[in-house]
Amino acid sequence: MGQDVFQIAVNCIKLIVVFLLMVQAVPILVWLERRGSAFIQNRFGPNRVGPLGLLQLAADAVKFLFKEEFIPAKGIRLLYYGAPVAALVPATLAFAAIPLSAPVHIEAFEMLGQNWGPYTFLWQGYEINVGIVFILGVSSLAAYSILMAGWGSGNKYSLLGALRASAQIISYELALGLSIVGIILLYGTFNLTEMIAAQAGPLNFQFLGATREISFLPNWGIFYQPLAAILFFAATFAEANRLPFDLAEGEAELVAGFHVEYGGFKMLLFFIGEYGHMMVASGLMVTFFFGGWQIPLVSYDQVYQSMQELTSSGTGASLLTSLVHFLVWNLKFAVFLWIFIQVRWTLPRFRYDQLMDLGWKTMLPWALANTILTAIVIFIAHS
Amino acid sequence: MPLGGILFIATFIILFGCFLLFLASKLGRRTYDPVKYESYECGIPVQEKKDTKISVKFYLTAILFIIFDIEIIFMFPWATTFKDFIANGQGLFVLISMLVFLAIFIYGLFWEVKSKALEWD
Repeated sequence: MGQDVFQIAVNCIKLIVVFLLMVQAVPILVWLERRGSAFIQNRFGPNRVGPLGLLQLAADAVKFLFKEEFIPAKGIRLLYYGAPVAALVPATLAFAAIPLSAPVHIEAFEMLGQNWGPYTFLWQGYEINVGIVFILGVSSLAAYSILMAGWGSGNKYSLLGALRASAQIISYELALGLSIVGIILLYGTFNLTEMIAAQAGPLNFQFLGATREISFLPNWGIFYQPLAAILFFAATFAEANRLPFDLAEGEAELVAGFHVEYGGFKMLLFFIGEYGHMMVASGLMVTFFFGGWQIPLVSYDQVYQSMQELTSSGTGASLLTSLVHFLVWNLKFAVFLWIFIQVRWTLPRFRYDQLMDLGWKTMLPWALANTILTAIVIFIAHS
Repeated sequence: MPLGGILFIATFIILFGCFLLFLASKLGRRTYDPVKYESYECGIPVQEKKDTKISVKFYLTAILFIIFDIEIIFMFPWATTFKDFIANGQGLFVLISMLVFLAIFIYGLFWEVKSKALEWD
């Protein structure tokens, strides 16, 4: 995790900050979702507690804490209590592997009578060479927490909801994995940082030996892999159990699915897990198809130079540049989160057989076609 | 080395979750009522046991998923090294080998649809 005490300490704090960033984004998203749905349905939404109803979140969290603790008589204690805690882990582990901004370079400095060498800190929890494989592997662990909840509640609605959810998650994982193959073919790497670096500058590609350049468009993955982007985004809706794929909850048939018997803070932990999956999906969309933290048509060096005019120290300029890029990343990120909310309040729910048909008979063949087409085009263009 | 970071944050999250559950269990008021601890049911007495019979389709989906997922995992290393192979001049061989593999994959999917393993009704 680092060479010396300073680096290890900063890396640990960074990991906790990434986790807390995710946790604190959940109430904001819940508020946004409630206000957004009210806006879409021509209602008001929460607007009483605090300005614009923003303090509603704090009120809800406190209320959750003071709710009665409860386990159904037929429940299995370990699974019942383990499930909400397990729901937190996959989304956070995956989110910590996504780069949020440009790396910060810190020059050598003196502290406590010691010299601390120059450091480079990445704006992500940890950098992993096999980033995509790690994220896919970790986020599919979410099926376990759902199954634990369904089995541990000792209720047939929970069990049915959990089975539906896990069947749905594994079915859409195929389309998700196959749509990613096209992206890996394009960039030739698993590493998310290298993928973002490959999307720098204006749109340029090799075709039949000559390099073509289109100067008014950024070199984003969406222009090379539009079909993969659509398939990937649709599959992540199913992975995150969001409408139109929230068959696991289907309140008309299953009351509330795998969390029928949950309430209070345990319910909130499931919520954090679900919104965490949304955030991972949006972060991956930004990373794969929309240039990560990069500002379109403005290079890192240009931002760095304009920041150098503001401060004299290299550390300060690097930090400011990273902050600017972090804001840009957040902007792109927020667009996808809003699409999640907009879709939830616009589309009706699928029927279960339609859901399975869409996953296996429509999205899987399209993802296969995308892979084959991408491979052939890359072969022709590069040879 | 990211392993330390992964273990650190995983431990932290689990402790965080357990602490919050513990706090919530201490702060909440408790009242006892035997009906409350029964499994949720839509207003009628609970009839079924918890080992409800489950459609065999779920098992079938899981088995089919494992087969296809392994096939997809084989494509990942191929995809990373494909451009290097083209640069070495071995691109055509690698492309055709993968197309043969994909043909088997597509035949498998076609057979699966034809044998009605994916019908939910």
